[in-house]
Amino acid sequence: MDLLYAVFVGPFRDMVTAPTFLAEVLIGGVAAGLMYSLVALGFVLIFKASGVFNFAQGAMVLFSALTLVGLMERGVPMVLALGLTIGVMVALAFAIERVVLRPLVNQEHIILFMATIGLNFFLEGLGEMVWGANVKRLDLGIPDESFMAAGILINKLEMAAAATAAILVGVLAVFFQSTKIGRALRAVADDHEAALSIGIPLRTIWVVVWSVAGLVALAAGIMWGAKSGVQFSLSLIALKALPVLILGGFTSVPGAIVGGLIIGTGEKIGEVYWGPLVGGAIENWFAYVVALAFLLVRPQGLFGEKIIERV
Amino acid sequence: MIYREAGQFKTSYAADQAVFPIVQDRVVVGAFLALAFVLPPALASEYWLQAVLIPFLVYAMATVGLNLLTGYAGQVSLGTGGFMAVGAYAAFKLTTGFPGLSILLVFVLAGVIAALVGIVFGLPSLRIKGFYLAVATLAAQFFLIWLFNKVGWFVNYASSGTITAPPRTVMGFMVTGPEATAAARYVVALGLVVVFGVVAKNLVRGRIGRSWMAIRDRDIAAEIIGVRPLRTKLLAFAISSFYCGIAGSMLVFLFLGSAETQAFDINQSFLVLFMVIIGGLGSILGSFLGAAFIVLTPIFLTNAPHWLGLDISVALQKQIEVMIFGGLIIFFLIVEPHGLARLWQIAKEKLRLWPFPH
Repeated sequence: MDLLYAVFVGPFRDMVTAPTFLAEVLIGGVAAGLMYSLVALGFVLIFKASGVFNFAQGAMVLFSALTLVGLMERGVPMVLALGLTIGVMVALAFAIERVVLRPLVNQEHIILFMATIGLNFFLEGLGEMVWGANVKRLDLGIPDESFMAAGILINKLEMAAAATAAILVGVLAVFFQSTKIGRALRAVADDHEAALSIGIPLRTIWVVVWSVAGLVALAAGIMWGAKSGVQFSLSLIALKALPVLILGGFTSVPGAIVGGLIIGTGEKIGEVYWGPLVGGAIENWFAYVVALAFLLVRPQGLFGEKIIERV
Repeated sequence: MIYREAGQFKTSYAADQAVFPIVQDRVVVGAFLALAFVLPPALASEYWLQAVLIPFLVYAMATVGLNLLTGYAGQVSLGTGGFMAVGAYAAFKLTTGFPGLSILLVFVLAGVIAALVGIVFGLPSLRIKGFYLAVATLAAQFFLIWLFNKVGWFVNYASSGTITAPPRTVMGFMVTGPEATAAARYVVALGLVVVFGVVAKNLVRGRIGRSWMAIRDRDIAAEIIGVRPLRTKLLAFAISSFYCGIAGSMLVFLFLGSAETQAFDINQSFLVLFMVIIGGLGSILGSFLGAAFIVLTPIFLTNAPHWLGLDISVALQKQIEVMIFGGLIIFFLIVEPHGLARLWQIAKEKLRLWPFPH
């Protein structure tokens, strides 16, 4: 009886009796969720355009953040370092298209998936070899401190991250909907062969998509790096983004955002209100269980394309 | 090649469907296995047994297991580490709870328990497919590791949180625990791998293997011709987890001696998946080749600077190692996406006609 009470009644009573605390938890969850979304966005972009499940997105986050911080440590001014890092990520996109994707065209999905895991290892090793493995601080000039608004504690850095994510999504939406290259990207996502036959250069599109994913990785790397320091564990946030991805659907940009918000808030609420019951540290798998339960009802995710199967 | 199949006629169905239809193949493989039992324990040094041969056998077992699931039944799983952990912790609980139980039986029972857990985590595969399923199996990985970390019962409330292989004997020989020699552990591991390797090979040739492949190639079509997806997929998860569970218990009892949950983390799952892909999806031989490749490569990379006379720091070396490892995987996928097993097959075809290719 006590257990039932602790599971089904207690947490809700806590939520109602301390609404400001609940609001803080929710805001923290939304902020964390947007950070997950930033990473998940990179996955979605590449999966949409090339059908590649890019496991190396996490390593790209780490690599871009390491490059940026490494350059800044060597005395390069921030704006210039940012420009150089963007250049590096674009060059990386070219290299990946040429060395990894082109020879593996038309292979099965799992082969490409494994290739990106190889790429993941390669980038982790390369990043640490060039820039060193110690934890680096990334100072954006935004203090990691909180202020009070309407009686609720709000973290400035988390707000900045949320704003960045929102702006990024807006820019990407415009890019996809209104530019010529965005239209080409959507065409490729719909049907590779049809796109090829009306003269859309597939290789260029892939380079563009991987570059954009690299830039999204850079944005995610800056935000996560400012929060927890640039270190090896950054590449593990890819694992955090995966539940977001299956919840939102692999092919949907809005899905990545909404999925991120659901996972972020769900995880925080689960950890704060139900975590103590089972000894805490449940955030490692809680998101996966939420996503899994959801998938059982809707196997293609929230906004994923409906899977139609034919014999 | 040194021998040909000319003149060997098959006069019965049994002869036609033998694993090794050619006499020479049978002889060579049989002799190789016999030597594998005798030579390394007698000749190989402690280092070779402990650092190369035993891990190879452990990973070969896990790779065969995952290959049954991913290569034959087509269900991508990233939960291998979790299922291996189930086997290891089950074996630990069984052998500390019932010290009189034969350790070989403990291994098998641990596999059975892992199989039951595998069925539970295989249930989503009925609704979810492809990459969605791969990510969903990560839930098994993270949840199981968390469970073994949090619940003290699994480690007999040891404050360190580690499980240690207690000393156990097989026919008077000490095979686990700190006093067991590497040679004894090697022989036990080899015995298990040979027995279950043969079982796996026959499994995939028979009705069960064929129904797995039907599900892999086109599940709806398979369903229409009468393969039951529920049963087939869950059976694949169960048998695969059985193998992974045994591999996990071998990892702790025959290789490491003692382990924490870290030994079964997500990297372990990826490592085994690499072995499957590099070796060849849907090939039992490939599982062994892949395991050998992935076990040997890091050892080679670690030792290569010494042979070349280079003196580089440990950290740098580790990073270069990771880099080359990643690069090699991409390279192999580009050169032969169907894995080492296909390379072996091609080499065999070439040699069959050599030196007269026409």
